[in-house]
Amino acid sequence: MDAAIEIDDISKSYAHPVLRGVDLTHEAGVLALLGANGAGKTTLVSILTTLVRPDGGRARIGGVDVLRDPAGARRLFAVTGQETTLDELLTGRENLVMIGRLLGLGRDAGRRADALLEQMDLASAGRRRVATYSGGMRRRLDLAASLLSRPAVLFLDEPTTGLDPVSRRRVWDDVRALAAAGTTVLLTTQTLDEAEALADRIAILRDGRIVADGTAAELTAAVGGQRLVLQDATGAEVRSADTDGTAASLTRALAQLGPADQDLTVALRSPTLDDAFLALAHGTPEVAA
Amino acid sequence: MTALDAPRVRGTGPLRSGTVLIGRSLRHSLRDGEGLVMAVALPVMMLLLFTYVFGGAILDDGYIDFVVPGVILTCAGFGASSVAVAVNRDLHLGAMRRFRTLPIRSWTVLVGHVAASVLRNLLATAIVIAVALALGFRPTAGPGRWALVVILVALWILAITALFAGIGMIAGSPEAASGYGFVLLFLPYLSSAFVPTETMPSWLRPVAEHQPMGPLVDALRALLIGGADVQLLPPILWSLGITAAAGVLVTQVLRRSQDR
Ligand SMILES: Nc1ncnc2c1ncn2[C@@H]1O[C@H](COP(=O)(O)OP(=O)(O)O)[C@@H](O)[C@H]1O
Ligand SMILES: [Mg+2]
Repeated sequence: MDAAIEIDDISKSYAHPVLRGVDLTHEAGVLALLGANGAGKTTLVSILTTLVRPDGGRARIGGVDVLRDPAGARRLFAVTGQETTLDELLTGRENLVMIGRLLGLGRDAGRRADALLEQMDLASAGRRRVATYSGGMRRRLDLAASLLSRPAVLFLDEPTTGLDPVSRRRVWDDVRALAAAGTTVLLTTQTLDEAEALADRIAILRDGRIVADGTAAELTAAVGGQRLVLQDATGAEVRSADTDGTAASLTRALAQLGPADQDLTVALRSPTLDDAFLALAHGTPEVAA
Repeated sequence: MTALDAPRVRGTGPLRSGTVLIGRSLRHSLRDGEGLVMAVALPVMMLLLFTYVFGGAILDDGYIDFVVPGVILTCAGFGASSVAVAVNRDLHLGAMRRFRTLPIRSWTVLVGHVAASVLRNLLATAIVIAVALALGFRPTAGPGRWALVVILVALWILAITALFAGIGMIAGSPEAASGYGFVLLFLPYLSSAFVPTETMPSWLRPVAEHQPMGPLVDALRALLIGGADVQLLPPILWSLGITAAAGVLVTQVLRRSQDR
């Protein structure tokens, strides 16, 4: 079977190069594309969802080339972007029924719309115009619009940015349920906890390339190295030095930490996923090399 | 989990998706109560104003017969300009992003807006004609000539609607898009719609007689109340020409925005 998502040397420049040859293949499950603001996540998702043409490279969804056969690819994926795509003048239900009919669901459109409104906790708001919806409700309706058919691949571009914590949890639950039901998901996020909470696999986009790719544990290991940390009474880090844990290296690190006040203590720390994220996505110089 | 019993995407042809999208745009029209009232109230008020206030000063009697074609066209143009706002709203408020990821042709979204606008404006035009008849408008046209009137008016509405769909695609915001509609409120005054062109200064007359609404007003007047040869070709060519030019503009802009 074809991989759900195949990205081959995709590049795109606006005023500056945004994507400089992105390669990524994803078979199934939830993939989190993690990157700082402006890293190019939305650009990549837009290319994969036929909204933007890349300058170079190829991409396939379920084996269908998004550049050669965009219409074919559109039958296989659904996307919920950062900004909602709803018709403000229509009610929530009318939006879903219309999109359902455009997908060719025919008579099923209404039944499916009602089921999704129920699932997204929008049943009572379904007959109100979208113009009256809150941000969280719009996001949920937009997600519902992407679930009308059974997309082989679902793209979610920063699905929880700007949501309150309760709405955020709901979206997380929805993504987990979808993944459990076998939908392949590519979601983008700026936050590590979201990637860690939802994804089987995390790819980090930085400087226009995928700089790291793997499970949370693999990414943590990839950053490697332990650090000798000088910390105060509260455990807060004052200074640190890299070490590989050997006696010689520890001595060197201790010397690097230099003279310390009375109340400071020394601890040996293993990298956390947070460290990996900071190093890989934001490029803390000493570890990003 | 509901994802499992979800139906598969079957996709739709342009005919079916066009029907769905025309339904959407008509629903917009019905929702926009104020817009609908304006589309009918404005020409009716114009009719009253021209018949009772200016009428006596411009032509002694029968002015209503003279002025109805101009009012019809003003009404049609004004109503059609709202399509610019609808198209612009789709582009700038996100709906177009969704449509472009669905297995439909994105131009069918525009077809939906244009078709709904033509239907809406034909309805408004019918109401205006009914009011004119009640006020004493006495056309001499038989059924055949009325049919030609309907065709000429429909083609003009189509042309203006297509043009404003294009304006909606290039305007920076829905507010800006709606602003352009006012041009169409003034175009009729620069034609024989409300005053005979013989009363205009000689440098203005060629403009008034050859801008697209000039030949159209003349043809409608000749069809409705007679008195002159009916020249059908110029207004038809104008309408089709404007529609074609607008169609090219719309497809170009659509393609370019997709190729970003
Ligand atoms: N349509 C566009 N025109 C010009 N520049 C753009 C456009 N879209 C994105 N960019 C630029 O590309 C870069 C990446 O943007 P984006 O893909 O939105 O990043 P992210 O989603 O990771 O925050 C940014 O510098 C942004 O300003
Ligand atoms: Mg983004």
